[in-house]
Amino acid sequence: MGDFFTYFFDHLPDVWSGLGTTLAATVLGSAVALALAFVFGFMARSGSVLVRGVSRVVVEFFRGTSLYVQLFWLYYAFPLLFGYELTPLFCGVVAFGMNYGAYGSEVVRGALNAVPKAQWEAAVALNMTPAQRMRRVILPQAWVQMIPSFTNLLIQLLKCTPLLWLISAADLTTVVQQMRDRTGETTWAYLTLLVMYFVLAYVLTLLMNALERHAKARLGQHTGVRGLLRSRSAQPAEAAGTSAGGSL
Amino acid sequence: MATDPLQKTGPEPSVADTAAPGHLVVFDQVVKRYGDHVVLDHLGFTVDRGQHVTLIGPSGSGKTTILRLLMTLEQVSDGVIMVDGQSLTHMPGPNGSLRPANEKHQREIRKKIGMVFQQFNLFPNMNVLQNITEAPVNVLGLDRAEAEERARDLLQLVGLEEKATAHPTQLSGGQQQRVAIARALAMRPEILLLDEVTSALDPELVHGVLDVLRDIAHTTDITLLCVTHEMNFARDISDRVMMFDKGKVIESGTPEKIFGDPDHERTREFLGAVL
Repeated sequence: MGDFFTYFFDHLPDVWSGLGTTLAATVLGSAVALALAFVFGFMARSGSVLVRGVSRVVVEFFRGTSLYVQLFWLYYAFPLLFGYELTPLFCGVVAFGMNYGAYGSEVVRGALNAVPKAQWEAAVALNMTPAQRMRRVILPQAWVQMIPSFTNLLIQLLKCTPLLWLISAADLTTVVQQMRDRTGETTWAYLTLLVMYFVLAYVLTLLMNALERHAKARLGQHTGVRGLLRSRSAQPAEAAGTSAGGSL
Repeated sequence: MATDPLQKTGPEPSVADTAAPGHLVVFDQVVKRYGDHVVLDHLGFTVDRGQHVTLIGPSGSGKTTILRLLMTLEQVSDGVIMVDGQSLTHMPGPNGSLRPANEKHQREIRKKIGMVFQQFNLFPNMNVLQNITEAPVNVLGLDRAEAEERARDLLQLVGLEEKATAHPTQLSGGQQQRVAIARALAMRPEILLLDEVTSALDPELVHGVLDVLRDIAHTTDITLLCVTHEMNFARDISDRVMMFDKGKVIESGTPEKIFGDPDHERTREFLGAVL
């Protein structure tokens, strides 16, 4: 035990650098994923069959192919085909972004569909344009319902970043792996990794819970302080709004 | 009240008032089908400017569909709806032909129409004042101060001036519905559609809403088209009551006539069941 932690604390700059790579891949990857989730989520609701079809194909492709294989493909096959080499981190951001963007688009689509039809109708009755209806009325309500699912996806994305090891990006896992190789302390090395990923995931959860609380408060749905510390669970999106349904 | 919040300001189309070109609302041979189910069967009726018209009839007979068609929440299967001399359902196509109205055309005509829903449908992402000022600012282009002044006058009209910063979820159903009425009126519609506005309310809250509507009916020149199960309210505010059943208006007349001495057996049956 002593050997590993002595080595670990002697090489803290390496740890910080690995942590930096992991966080960069997580933050940039989820930023790309968020953008794509909205693009494909909105496309999936388009009136045009072509636009819906493109969204469907892209989403199914990225959901249906392995993240490992995509990563390998970007890092090893892409340069062979196009003669242009991509950095490991860039490959990671693109692959994570595409993959989780595909999952996220279903979240966006589902949340938009979950806003009661009556809210659209009230917006029509006030003669808002389709863009105003979406931006001012529907999206703020749908957003609240997206956050819990986005939290889950964000944590999953974080937990995928050790895959970067496979394409030689010096992320947290890679750095600690190397320490294990030097010291032979397998148990402590991996236990350290477990704890570090748990802490990272928990911090992200707390941040997302705070975001959710803020968004809910704006809809007048108050959650107690306990909600802030609640860990993620795959809860069904709550029906937001003061009203539901309509009448014929 | 000090100022009349419904008083129109600014340049007004005086032509429409003085020339009064026919009816404000015309339903002509309107058909609405859902699959094989015919809800409106070559329905025809008219509403004149300033009239207060109430639709009564059995539940599920399609009364609400009439209002929803007029609000463009649904599209006709066949027939024509005219609002203030313009077709709501059709617009000029190439070579003098007519084609189904698009969103832009309908938006133009929707300016004249407002609607209050059974379930209030306030926006939960906005407080009371924002609910009322949202459309006047973003649709009519009013500046915020003017929109807020208009909103506060309307909140006073509906007796909720102290609730401006409240959130919809903090209000009772009756209060929410009064906010919804203020929100619709803030757009200064010429026609206000009231779709069973008290049906979702607890009985003790119905009065507050009906009092507000009575006030509006008696003190403004707004045209009202209501669907309601409150027969006393219908009798009280209506110039004309239309008995609607099986996709058609089967009888139409003054409240005294319809409630006192209806011509049709079906009307008598219906009123016997609800009164």
